[in-house]
Amino acid sequence: MKKDLISITDYSKEDYLRILKLAADFEENPNQRLLEGKVVASLFFEPSTRTRLSFETAINRLGGRIVGFSDAGSSSVSKGETLHDTIRMVSNYVDLIVMRHPLEGSARYAAEVADVPVINAGDGANQHPTQTLLDMYSILKTQGRLDNINIFMIGDLKYGRTVHSLLMAMTEFKNPIFNFIAPEELSMPEEYKMFLADKGIRYFEHTEINDNINHADIIYMTRVQKERFMDPIEYEKVKNVYILKNDMLKGTKPNMRILHPLPRINEIHPDVDKNEKAYYFTQARNGVFTRQAIIAHILNLK
Amino acid sequence: MSDSLKKKLKLKVSAINDGTVIDHIPSENLFKVISILGLERVKSQITFGFNFESEKMGSKAIIKVSDVFFEDDEINKISLIARNAKLNIIRDYEVVEKRIVEVPDKVIGIVKCFNPKCITNNEEITTYFNVISKNPLDLKCKYCEKITHEHQMVIK
Repeated sequence: MKKDLISITDYSKEDYLRILKLAADFEENPNQRLLEGKVVASLFFEPSTRTRLSFETAINRLGGRIVGFSDAGSSSVSKGETLHDTIRMVSNYVDLIVMRHPLEGSARYAAEVADVPVINAGDGANQHPTQTLLDMYSILKTQGRLDNINIFMIGDLKYGRTVHSLLMAMTEFKNPIFNFIAPEELSMPEEYKMFLADKGIRYFEHTEINDNINHADIIYMTRVQKERFMDPIEYEKVKNVYILKNDMLKGTKPNMRILHPLPRINEIHPDVDKNEKAYYFTQARNGVFTRQAIIAHILNLK
Repeated sequence: MSDSLKKKLKLKVSAINDGTVIDHIPSENLFKVISILGLERVKSQITFGFNFESEKMGSKAIIKVSDVFFEDDEINKISLIARNAKLNIIRDYEVVEKRIVEVPDKVIGIVKCFNPKCITNNEEITTYFNVISKNPLDLKCKYCEKITHEHQMVIK
């Protein structure tokens, strides 16, 4: 049976650990021509420069070749072709499909239609599992462990798919503690809190950033997106509440690190960038090694 | 139910020789049940009763299908909209078996995903849900992973 990566919860803890181990190996030695002679489709039905460049760099470092498109306008989709037909066709040509699509569930469907493995590079607001794995790799690298991590998630916790997936993945490890800081309108959905409660995992909710962050091992920042608000006045009220500034970090643990899936708008003040606790750009770099590892895992290259 | 009432009911709906009687269907969902079971394509004799008085339900519908016997998988599909439906299997004018419908663990087709951004609402795809709660009904879409709650449920 072919392996896909559609949703982070499709994988077990053993899969996570294997991929993270491979990622460390690729960081040590990034150029390994394991994809020599193979062709990978990079199908971006909506633009996402960051994710696409990260995947395409990973494929290039593995010596593979890439076919594809970077937005739907330049593909047959603009002629009205269904996702089904595009995937059936491309699946005839390549060894692996990397797909980004604006509709939720499109990746699961593509994996059913395709004869070759599919990696979900984001399906609408649903899943973005490679982001979660690179987040985990960043936590492991900076903390030296995935057990006993106190994570502060800040910003849009209602719609932010990255925080939901990371939450689900981290519950596979021992004794995590979650702290959620969000405006009421964007608080962590009940279903996730119930999930934690059922597993007996501790979580705390706050509505402001103060010295509560001094307990954090990891601060995971997300963007508060204007388009999520029904009422623009509500957005105006909360948009400046969750800005992380350098002077807020004084009392934080020396080994604490700040993650952000990027792009950031104003939620991390640029004066944080020079602080050694700012890790988001290195986190993006880790994405390439993690994606190399995911490809190697899926195609059984290592 | 009094004997006289029973007689009246008998007068309203003629008995069948062999087949299936589906009772206790909410009246408002009769036509959806007909559609889910594909009864419009059945060639044998079918009687539909509609807006019957029911002590339990207020108003109920009943379907009598001659010469048709349903598989469990098939009949359980109607459980989504006729939670308390009861089946009487008739052979030679006698009720030989009584069954109640059960909510299945998976719902394939039938229900629309409530999420307008789900791929199943944008392309010709059969919907597929895992039933995560039977009462009240919660259906988790295999594709977009969103949960369609009972009050959001729309039959395709």
